[in-house]
Amino acid sequence: MLELTVFGMILLMKKFDAIIVGAGHNGLVNACYLQRAGLDVLIVEKNDWVGGAAVSRELTPGFIYSNCAYVCSLFRPEIMRDLELPKHGLQIIAYEGGAVFTRDGDYLASYRDHHAHRREFARFSKRDAEAYERYSRDVTRQCRFIQPLLMRRAPDPASFKPADIAELMYLARKFGGLGPKEMADTLRFWTMSISDFLDEYFETDVIKAYLAISGIIGTALGPMSPGTAYVLLHHYMGEVDGSVGAWGYARGGMGSITKALASSFTASGGTIMTGSGVEKILVSGGKAKGVALENGDEHYADIVVSNADVKRTFLKLVDEKDLPSSFVRSVSNFKIRGSSGKLNIALDTLPEFPALPKGSTCVRGDMHFTDSVERMERGYDDWKAGRWSADPFIDMMIPTIMDPTMTSPGKHFVSCFVQYCPPKVEGRDWTDADRDAFAETVISQIADYSPGFRERIVHMEVRTPRELEAEVGLTEGNIFQGELTFDQLLFNRPIPGYAQYRSPIRGLYMCGSSTHPGGGVMGAPGRNAAREILSNLSRSTGHVSDAHDVI
Amino acid sequence: MMSYDAIIIGGGHNGLVAATMLAKSGRKVALFEAAGQLGGAARGSEFHPGFRSPGLAHVINRLHRDVIKELDLVRHGLALKATQTPTVALAADGNHLVLRGAYGQSIDGNLADGEINGWQTLRTQLFRHAGILKRMFDDVPPPLGAPSAGELFKLARTGLALRLLGKVEMREFMRMILMPVADVANEHLKEERLKGLLAFDATLGIHLGPRSPTSLLGLYYRLAGELDGVAGEQTIPDGGMSALIAAIEKSARSRGVMIRTGASVARIMIENERTCGIVLADGSEMRAPLIVSGISPVTTFKSLVGPRHLDTGFVRAIGNIRTKGDTSKLHLALDRMPQFAGLSNADHAGRLVFAPSSEYVERAFNPAKYGELPDTPVMEITLPSMLAPEGACVLSANIQHTPFDLKQGWQSGKIELYRRVIELLEQHAPGISKSIVGHELLSPPDIETSYLMPGGHWHHGELQADQMLMMRPTYAASRYATPLSGLYLCGAGSHPGGGISGMPGLLAARTILKGPRK
Amino acid sequence: MRQQLAVVEKRKQAQSHINAIRLEAPFHARIEAAMQQEEWYVWNGYKSALVITDEELEYFAIRSTAALFDISPMVKYRIEGPDAEACLNRLTVRDVTKLKPNRVHYTAWCDDAGHVLDDGTLFRFAANRFRLCCQERHLPWLLDSAIGFDVSIHEETEEIAGLALQGPTSCAILKALGFAGVERLKPFDIVEFMVNGEPVTVSRTGFTGDLGYELFVRLQNALPMWDALQIAGAPFGIRPIGYAALNSARIEAGFIVANGDFVTSETALRYDRARMPDEIGLDWLVDPAKAYYNGKAAILKARQEGSLRHVLVGLEIEGNIPAEHAIVYHDKKREVGLVSAALWSPTGKRNIAIATLQRPYGVTINDNLWVEIYAMRELQYQKMMKRARVVERPFVKLARRTLTPPDDR
Repeated sequence: MLELTVFGMILLMKKFDAIIVGAGHNGLVNACYLQRAGLDVLIVEKNDWVGGAAVSRELTPGFIYSNCAYVCSLFRPEIMRDLELPKHGLQIIAYEGGAVFTRDGDYLASYRDHHAHRREFARFSKRDAEAYERYSRDVTRQCRFIQPLLMRRAPDPASFKPADIAELMYLARKFGGLGPKEMADTLRFWTMSISDFLDEYFETDVIKAYLAISGIIGTALGPMSPGTAYVLLHHYMGEVDGSVGAWGYARGGMGSITKALASSFTASGGTIMTGSGVEKILVSGGKAKGVALENGDEHYADIVVSNADVKRTFLKLVDEKDLPSSFVRSVSNFKIRGSSGKLNIALDTLPEFPALPKGSTCVRGDMHFTDSVERMERGYDDWKAGRWSADPFIDMMIPTIMDPTMTSPGKHFVSCFVQYCPPKVEGRDWTDADRDAFAETVISQIADYSPGFRERIVHMEVRTPRELEAEVGLTEGNIFQGELTFDQLLFNRPIPGYAQYRSPIRGLYMCGSSTHPGGGVMGAPGRNAAREILSNLSRSTGHVSDAHDVI
Repeated sequence: MMSYDAIIIGGGHNGLVAATMLAKSGRKVALFEAAGQLGGAARGSEFHPGFRSPGLAHVINRLHRDVIKELDLVRHGLALKATQTPTVALAADGNHLVLRGAYGQSIDGNLADGEINGWQTLRTQLFRHAGILKRMFDDVPPPLGAPSAGELFKLARTGLALRLLGKVEMREFMRMILMPVADVANEHLKEERLKGLLAFDATLGIHLGPRSPTSLLGLYYRLAGELDGVAGEQTIPDGGMSALIAAIEKSARSRGVMIRTGASVARIMIENERTCGIVLADGSEMRAPLIVSGISPVTTFKSLVGPRHLDTGFVRAIGNIRTKGDTSKLHLALDRMPQFAGLSNADHAGRLVFAPSSEYVERAFNPAKYGELPDTPVMEITLPSMLAPEGACVLSANIQHTPFDLKQGWQSGKIELYRRVIELLEQHAPGISKSIVGHELLSPPDIETSYLMPGGHWHHGELQADQMLMMRPTYAASRYATPLSGLYLCGAGSHPGGGISGMPGLLAARTILKGPRK
Repeated sequence: MRQQLAVVEKRKQAQSHINAIRLEAPFHARIEAAMQQEEWYVWNGYKSALVITDEELEYFAIRSTAALFDISPMVKYRIEGPDAEACLNRLTVRDVTKLKPNRVHYTAWCDDAGHVLDDGTLFRFAANRFRLCCQERHLPWLLDSAIGFDVSIHEETEEIAGLALQGPTSCAILKALGFAGVERLKPFDIVEFMVNGEPVTVSRTGFTGDLGYELFVRLQNALPMWDALQIAGAPFGIRPIGYAALNSARIEAGFIVANGDFVTSETALRYDRARMPDEIGLDWLVDPAKAYYNGKAAILKARQEGSLRHVLVGLEIEGNIPAEHAIVYHDKKREVGLVSAALWSPTGKRNIAIATLQRPYGVTINDNLWVEIYAMRELQYQKMMKRARVVERPFVKLARRTLTPPDDR
């Protein structure tokens, strides 16, 4: 006890080189890179555990939940290598294809084998089966265009700084490297709705519904909203040249990623303080000075990096008087509406899906019960009106089938990502009764396709945007720390003129998903921010690998 | 067999503009119009004995000054009303807002404190941004691939204009350009009537709701329009659109354009993979090396050219053009002037918009996505003068969002839509239903049939980001020339799009005139 | 309603496709029985033989006796209707009006940019009935190409069993089988025989550059047909072969393989990989006099502007080490192309290769060409720079391929 206090006093008096607010995956990535550059870095985290939204938690005995983020494919391999995450225990498991259950008692499976995949589509339409080839080629082309941009800083088009001009030239060259027809295709792709885009290739409802999923996940838009074709890319670009849109689990749950990051960080000498919520970011004379914790402690550093979203950072943690009013207005206008909820369910036995033949591999992937784009869009209409979808879209997975470390044999953890779910219910705050009714909506949909599902439940955690905000600190429960619309992408993310991880306050940086290139368990914002900070400090960035070539 | 230097298909205003421009250059030009009279979407008809409709279009807000000048329209009788035409944001309680001057230079009506400042800030910004886009709407869309020195220079000039806005404003432009109109309005305004108006104007004639990303473009497009050199100005012409068409026709004839109405073109003749003339529905052939189509690109390629003379990829791209219209048109024959509660007599001459809030417009849009009718449609109403007998009145309304593919079918749909619209009108203008002596409700399929526009779409194809500029109507035909040698497009389906502007016609003609003369 | 239920029921029955990821072709039972090497590969989702008994012996069966190769996995589309000819004429680069009923021609089809979507053989069975055989899948393209034509297009890959019987004794075998008059078939002729009341379609076509035929039957007749051929062919040295032997023969014949020797336009991820017919040696297929067809404008424009960038050539390389995927140089320094297929030709006794070169190399500059061969020998690359000469294709030209009637030896 005494030792702890002494240690605490040493910490209090010590000035760090950098303090990271929040131990989410981006904060951890950022901290790792800074620490490895020789900086003395402190991470302060409000929860008693690290991980932000990428956590594995035992909320009921014997079951580990990935209770927020539940899949990874976007996490950049460059970062895994730079930070030696495999050495710190990270292991990713590819998962098999899933299925969309249809109302007529059939299903559309997604198989990993190219020809099986085609024949599965051909059950519904021979044309669609063969159209998929061109579709996946065209989407992959777009992925190849965008993917290298993830690990670069977004140029400020209004700037004449050499670095910005160089980045703009890079963009122009990359665009110019396409043929004229491909340029037109790219321009269209970026502005189309996923529904319109899919209509150009496919005729079958359930096939379109299946492919539209990635256009809406985490988004406060419906599949018929322009811009959702890009959102699809955001989910697909994890995998280039391979099968488009391949996903994986982290062994031991998503917390394994952040656990490995934390381990990598402390192994290189960094300090993490959990249970240390930040009350204020200390600013003096337009410069960041450190942080004041909720418990009254203060820690000092000339560099403060916020992993919190842009609204939380600048509307809560920083005094308005320290910021230009136009900046505060822009931050207030930043759109960060939550659109999803999550049910984490412990089951005592594997659920049954009578539509699936015995032994089907579909249970090893993602399962959905929304068989038309119209149903998805109607779900979005409910959200627009401030209600959760009466007929929600569910992305359901049972990672415990692939990963025996999460439960005891025979028992299962089921992750249900649910869309759409509003940050407020018809303009008022969520109540517990609302939350329970929301859960019931979801469970009853699943039970329609999986009789006995309800009876198998031994524990359930229901998370609406309210719970997500309260626990993880994501404003309005938005999983991407800000919506992925054009006005909030690239040089517009989060705020035009502040898209390069800097803020109006010297020494205060952003590194969360609110920044370019955005959300998902990707790590790119944290890494990119570290590179900006280090080059500001004229430190070497040799340990920050460039993006892998896309050849 | 008659032979010409150029044949124009379609006597809408764009076809007429293109014809006149080509004739002006000394070419021998013939124009063929399927209907009995010229005008296309500006064509009205007697929908009830003694009552004429103003045309599908009923407001002039983007007739381009170059068109007026090049065609010398004033000399040919065009008289745009000098009096300013207000826009009225109708409120159910009669507490209307009247926007005066160019798109609300000033606003009459009860507005909360600070709201007028918010409005003026937003309005200024919107005009500034629309001004940048106007440079692009006023010119042939930039090429993709290797631009010429001239094209590069033009692009650089647009870039410079953008940069001259200043750093902050340039960033704002690049942030806002693809935003939903509702979000932009929310950033500046609290007043629902204004937000509703902006939402309506941005999405009128387009299959988007105000909360759809890119919907602000519709408003920019509207504000890039001008009247008599004043951006955002509008007028409701006396006697409908016919006066405008008459002036354009006069100009065309004065340049020697041979005009034939009631002459439907059955197909475009092709020899050695280039156009050589047309065949009319009656089988007669007209020859010309140059064919300029002012009708829909879809009809042009699918019916008049036919896939046999085109590449499959191009046919596919034409098939992918979204052309299903959302707007119905209502014409009411009223035996007396209607009285909108709370609206001064003078302001009845304005453009009356019923779109009480942005959410209201969004809710009207929702069912359209699924082929259903809105419970409470939103609409734009005008009461053009001189179309009805003395003392009586014609009401003309554009009704959104009424989808082309109506699940229930348009036969019952029209009855239902009519009932809902009249109920709404009755709420705002009590007694109006009793004054109705005749009516005409044109659903999108009706518009398709009577105006030969596929999907009944005003713009000959959705005016959305992915179908604008070099993607309009599709990349391979985006600069008026088409993959078929000798065939050019000059209608609303081409850049910059629909509305009574004359720009597609003018830009197409300019493109042709720049090319080699054959 | 009932009809809809039937559709759903049929669709549900098809769920079981996943139980066998690799389709087994109609002749699979026999090939499996003959299989000694267990060398399989995947062709269009089918389990196909690469080598059955011995690659070299299989090759020599093609050139000296007769070889039997299962071509069922080839993608096949049935195209029929009053406008079938017009539709195909717009689709493909060759003049279909010149293709008489009961004739086959080799052809190619292009996208709007004139880039080759695929090559294949077009069978004309009747005035209004065709079959298109190819490597890649094109149903959406074919259906979109049919817009405005009175024609129906049906993908029938899994509905027809096909066998290639190739080699000098192939005609004799068919005669022995009772296919009277088969010797009168000229190259690219089609004839239909009735065997036990079941139709067998025989065309004098193949992928070997040798005398040979292709036979098509309904699925249920596949195995009886195989067995009959084996019995009739035994005295003539018939031997089932895998793709490895066939591939050697096709290189000698100078034939190209889609996505082997060129990248088809709809599968190309990198748009600069797409090729015009003139860039893959198919310029002779392009009919400039024919009425409009897909890609015509672009191809003729490229010819006129001289903007063609590549050329596909046959190379003869000194030595005997195959130059598979070797880089081609000019003057040993400048990289000018890539070998896509190479072989020491057992029949021609020369070291041959098919290569794509950047123009003007291979067109006007044919001297001083070299290939850099990396031969892996006991975990070391033997690097060789060998002189290459542009030569005519086919590398091996056999009189018996076209001789009618064949002399059966």
